[in-house]
Amino acid sequence: MAVSDYLRVVTATPAKPALAERLRRIWETPAGIGGWISTVDHKQIGIRYIITAFAFLIAGGVEALIFRLQLAGPNLHLLTPEQYDQLFTMHGMTMIFLYAGPVLSGFSNYLWPLLLGARDMALPRLNALSYWIYLCAGIFLYLAFAFGFGPNDGWFNYVPVAARAYDGGPNIDFYSLGMILLGLSTTVGSINFVVTFLRLRAPGMSINRVPILAWGTLTASAANIFAIPAVSLAFFLLWMDRNAGTHFFDVATGGQPLLWQHLFWMFGHPWVYAIVLPAMGMVSDGLPVFCRRPLVGYTPVALATVATMVLGFGVWVHHMFATGLPSVSLSFFSAASIIIALPSAVGVFAWIATIWAGKPVFTTAFMFFASFIVLFTIGGVSGYMTGAVPVDWQLTDTYFVVAHIHYVLIGINVFPVVGATYFWFPKFTGRMMDERLGRWNFWTMFLGFNLGFFPMHISGLLGMPRRVYTFADGMGWDWLNLITTLGSFVFAIGVLLFVINILVSHRRGRIAGNNPWDAPTLEWSTSSPPPAYNFVVIPTVASRHPLWEDRLEDNDRQQRSEVNRGLALDQGRESLGTTALDAELDVILKMPKDSYTPVILALTLTTILTGLVLHLWWLAIVGALATGIDIIAWLWPDATLGETAEPARG
Amino acid sequence: MAERLSLQQRLPVGALDTRASGWWAMIFVIFTEAALFAYLLFSYFYLAVQPHVAGTFPPGGAPSVSLALPNTIILLLSSVAVAWAQFNIEHNRPNRLAAGLGAGALLGTIFLVIQYFEWAQKSYTLSSSGYGSLYFTITGFHMAHVVVGVIMLWALCVWSLMGYFNRVRYVHIHIGALYWHFVDAIWLVVFFTFYLTPLFGLKS
Repeated sequence: MAVSDYLRVVTATPAKPALAERLRRIWETPAGIGGWISTVDHKQIGIRYIITAFAFLIAGGVEALIFRLQLAGPNLHLLTPEQYDQLFTMHGMTMIFLYAGPVLSGFSNYLWPLLLGARDMALPRLNALSYWIYLCAGIFLYLAFAFGFGPNDGWFNYVPVAARAYDGGPNIDFYSLGMILLGLSTTVGSINFVVTFLRLRAPGMSINRVPILAWGTLTASAANIFAIPAVSLAFFLLWMDRNAGTHFFDVATGGQPLLWQHLFWMFGHPWVYAIVLPAMGMVSDGLPVFCRRPLVGYTPVALATVATMVLGFGVWVHHMFATGLPSVSLSFFSAASIIIALPSAVGVFAWIATIWAGKPVFTTAFMFFASFIVLFTIGGVSGYMTGAVPVDWQLTDTYFVVAHIHYVLIGINVFPVVGATYFWFPKFTGRMMDERLGRWNFWTMFLGFNLGFFPMHISGLLGMPRRVYTFADGMGWDWLNLITTLGSFVFAIGVLLFVINILVSHRRGRIAGNNPWDAPTLEWSTSSPPPAYNFVVIPTVASRHPLWEDRLEDNDRQQRSEVNRGLALDQGRESLGTTALDAELDVILKMPKDSYTPVILALTLTTILTGLVLHLWWLAIVGALATGIDIIAWLWPDATLGETAEPARG
Repeated sequence: MAERLSLQQRLPVGALDTRASGWWAMIFVIFTEAALFAYLLFSYFYLAVQPHVAGTFPPGGAPSVSLALPNTIILLLSSVAVAWAQFNIEHNRPNRLAAGLGAGALLGTIFLVIQYFEWAQKSYTLSSSGYGSLYFTITGFHMAHVVVGVIMLWALCVWSLMGYFNRVRYVHIHIGALYWHFVDAIWLVVFFTFYLTPLFGLKS
């Protein structure tokens, strides 16, 4: 056998209905519960990710509303301190780990193969695994909460408060192991994104023609690959300290509590960028469509995305300015934190210039994208302020920081995500969302958000500490907190309108057609919703705007993008592998069939952690053995995937 | 755009060498695993430079290399065996492939046994001090990786004997060997940290 035995001559063919029908039979997951569980279709997985993340958004939001009632006025005792601790910790943990990251994974899972002109992600079963682990981790953490064992030391969970001596219940054990499980999900998902980016772009889509959303998610994923181990390790060491008598964080026996803070924030700060850069990418791709022109400054925006992330690895100590570290360390991290404003500002100016130079169409999606620029700027400025050490010493652990994190996370994550939902909902479902309800949705969310969160800056400046379960009157904080509570409820009504719009439009929305916004990128060239195989033929790309080439005035190009003629790849589930930088043809990839191994693996991994948290060691061992067997079955050389010596079949 | 993109050509089909998605995935698995060990060793060095009572970090001074050094050589030899297996499948000698993988797995197993004796002779435990926690956790993390690698090598050995691979189709070997070489390489870093840096003065 030689390489030539495994070659196939391919040639461009037109996209014909007979080919589409053949691909449908190859790719479509059978209906029914078996197909639902075993599917590896990135679109189904993406939708599940988004729905699950929105469910957690609502759960985290309700938690916040409850404790905002507690804080509506001084000396209220709706909640006990213990209840308050669990609620605010669950709120932070839910929003940051179970909503903000996964919702972006959901959008990217759905959109990437469509943006890049592929039939699926590079590793479809890993994709399914990533979702199932995420779901299991979320249920694991919320079941603990339901039994009163939710995490209760704040989402960043500092020791020694989180040590066994000061928090004796199993709460932190659930949090630790749940976070390790969730970290696995993020890691395998990130690896999948990076490999897909490097290998599955349509021929001709060299890296300077990739949509910015792909840059955003690529950057975030690459960061996650390096950052997630820090937090998984931190939680593992904490679990060991609490359960195996180790001394990592115990200063009396050779440990050091600050080790927790270092490991946590070495992860935590890159994570902040990981949960905003893909959202910024959504804006960079979506906003120009409504400005009827390409994004201004594609290359600077792409480079700024990467630069932000690289710098983002060097700023973690700005969370630790008040811990008594040497001033040389503070100076360095303060400078790095302030410099990061530069690449962040590149995007802001690019978006403003795009609106300025374009002809804006004021759709709901546009409103969300444009308002994001305002909120990002406010959140950016308050971050810049606290990047200065003396200011941080004054403001750390006050409501000013709470205001900052909410302007950053709601402003740069929730607003773009809602905008992106209005933008891509027609692609997901084939129906438009209602624009009239959309206006109500936007203005309620925008006004509610600013009404609720802007006053937190002032209460912080007036010295109100974060995480207090109630406060005394006469501090000058009363009316500010009342306004914050009112605003948070208005904001919640806005989110409710959003959910209602989704539910109503899903059934009754106007039929969208392939490209309702007249947008330029590949996902809009296929039907809405897309077929299981995404594209009848693999598209060929000659520019950043495959569907706008006719009208853009760069007519010196010799070649046009082609979506109706290309490689058929119809001998089984197949997609095209291309080279990493130039996207030249490289290999025909055999894609896996639907499989139960991912969901089983997620369950066996959850079994291990359940055994560990309950100290049922036999259960953990059973889970580990089952995990090993499942992985071996998964990796067993498969002739249909072209992994064994027999020539590739059909 | 200088050249037109030609779509008419002969393309390889399926999982081949560095064109397989799994190979790329393993590269990034190794990146994230390397990061994990970097954070583990960061924890070691971070705690090492904190103030300690003299003679407690490590307890009793620099650890003896009488078992660890030969064991390091055994682990490196297992990498050589696996590399030899890779070389042989590229020259279409599947029996030597299986022999190389089996030898690698066996040497990996011997490493684990010796490591057990290394653990057993320590005067401190996981819970006796910060140093003990670090030593057993970090070498334990590495041992867990060796266990996974040994199981993987045995599986690859069996699959080789079942005739799954030839000189073109051996992507599992390619990917598995990558992981195994990583597990061996990262041991050198762990070994350097625990056994050699105290000799260079990083102790109290």
